[in-house]
Amino acid sequence: MSRQQVQRIGFALLALAAITVVLPILLVIGNIVVRGLAAINWEFLTAMPKNGMKAGGIFPALVGTLLLTLGTAVVCIPMGVGGAIYLSEYARDTWLTRAIRLAIVNLAGIPSIVYGLFGLGLFVLFLQFGTSILAGSLTLAIMTLPVIISTSEEALRAVPMEFRTVSFSLGGTRWQGIRNIVLPQALPGIITGIILGLLRAAGETAPILFTVAAFYLPRLPRSPFDQTMALPYHLYVISTQVPGMPEHIQYGTALVLLAVVLSMNLVATLIRSYFRRRRQW
Amino acid sequence: MHDTRGRWMEFAIEALIRVLGISTIGIVLLIFAFLLREGLPVFFQVPLTNFLDVRWYPTFGMFGALPLLLGSAFVTFTAIAIALPLGVATAVFVREVAPNWAREILKPLIEVLAGIPSVVLGFFGMTFIAPRVREILGAPTGLTAFTGALVLAYMSLPTIISVAEDALDAVPKSYRDAGLAIGATQWQTIWRVVVPAARSGIVTAVMLGMGRAIGETMAVMMVTGNAARMPLTLDSFFRPVRTMTATIAAEMGEVAKGSVHYRALFAIGILLFVVTFFINLTAARAIFTKRRRGGLR
Repeated sequence: MSRQQVQRIGFALLALAAITVVLPILLVIGNIVVRGLAAINWEFLTAMPKNGMKAGGIFPALVGTLLLTLGTAVVCIPMGVGGAIYLSEYARDTWLTRAIRLAIVNLAGIPSIVYGLFGLGLFVLFLQFGTSILAGSLTLAIMTLPVIISTSEEALRAVPMEFRTVSFSLGGTRWQGIRNIVLPQALPGIITGIILGLLRAAGETAPILFTVAAFYLPRLPRSPFDQTMALPYHLYVISTQVPGMPEHIQYGTALVLLAVVLSMNLVATLIRSYFRRRRQW
Repeated sequence: MHDTRGRWMEFAIEALIRVLGISTIGIVLLIFAFLLREGLPVFFQVPLTNFLDVRWYPTFGMFGALPLLLGSAFVTFTAIAIALPLGVATAVFVREVAPNWAREILKPLIEVLAGIPSVVLGFFGMTFIAPRVREILGAPTGLTAFTGALVLAYMSLPTIISVAEDALDAVPKSYRDAGLAIGATQWQTIWRVVVPAARSGIVTAVMLGMGRAIGETMAVMMVTGNAARMPLTLDSFFRPVRTMTATIAAEMGEVAKGSVHYRALFAIGILLFVVTFFINLTAARAIFTKRRRGGLR
């Protein structure tokens, strides 16, 4: 066999591996879209679940997920972006900075169920928030923090050094330079990172198991101290905990969750590619 | 020119930003402290030998964590054995071989995979993969260690592919040119020069993928069948197994706060924290070393 033949076979094998990776992704999405579409109608999205979740809609779960995502955003956006500004604009290369980076890498690697345990220990029991939207949002926010910090830092670092020196040379302070020049330039990248972080939070189940999620609660929460249903947990419940669940409701719920997450993904991708094309540096 | 009030504002903002940056260390310590606080007392309530036993029957006071530990290890290593060749080959394909149009399709799709919630993949595993595994094997159930490993492999693929791709990206173009200049084919250059040069980055990729797999909860709980048995024989691939993560998720909802069982579940949490901590520490060291050298470029 000649070297060229070896190469041709090798490349074919690599392509085969790539196809093996992506085909199942299409299969998952296709399967859920095709079988879930039958369940989707206005009532499914806006009605309370009835009859032990075997009928009616998923409205409280949908609202719960939106509220949790919102709560997560309120906490982790200022914390994450602030932390990123510190690392990119202020921190020098000291042992402290290295310790912070190490902490972020480790936060990113902590299993989601361990975040759930932490949220249970700190927010639910120690601070006595109870199983509540507040406790769940805080838990999800801490889990999302490392994603937002690292993507925001990357966006800030991508802004050329000259932008800062020019601001300095015009008599601006360091913070003025950051606020008026660096942050606006890095904003698209930061927003993309925030969306990617939040979509992960919206789809997570393990951190909300013991901190907020309600098994079956056919009403809307009234305060941050209420429990709520949430889409990912609802999908888990109706696919494993309730015998005799109609299939179309399971697939419908999976489809709605998938649609929420993938549309956020799409928005992030569009923002990124739009601003990358417009960027002049 | 700005007035004193402006300067004070600025001072306050900068101080706040500094605190936010440093607070990340505090959060890691806080997480570990609360795991210890809730979990550590169990070691004074239950003798250590009990934990090293092979039976996990908490209602009978048997907290043998070995089947759970081995269950996690078994599923994780099987998943990595599937994901490593697939992931590295895909990264090489995307970075070195694929035409632009293929790259434009592959990369967003892999990003989509990273975004699919684990509960959705678990649902797909239950409803689509498990019945097929059962049919093919003729086994009583399709919820097996193998099914779990398969789902986990795909969940760790996006991590493995993107980190491996970065590693390949960091190999200087001159290496490739030199390979081709001495008459090697592109294929030979890739496997004899580029991939070996990216080796440490690929190891990092696998470590991070492994960290992802060992901590994964929902999908694993939904497709592995959750029987706490020792996966010691070869047929364990095709029998149910139970991981540490699934045990916490499945049982924490039903235990009384402060009970021995509750503390035992937190103790498993400590173990998970420590294991992933060291996995990430090793991976991070590789990342930091590269940074200190100023990159390969």
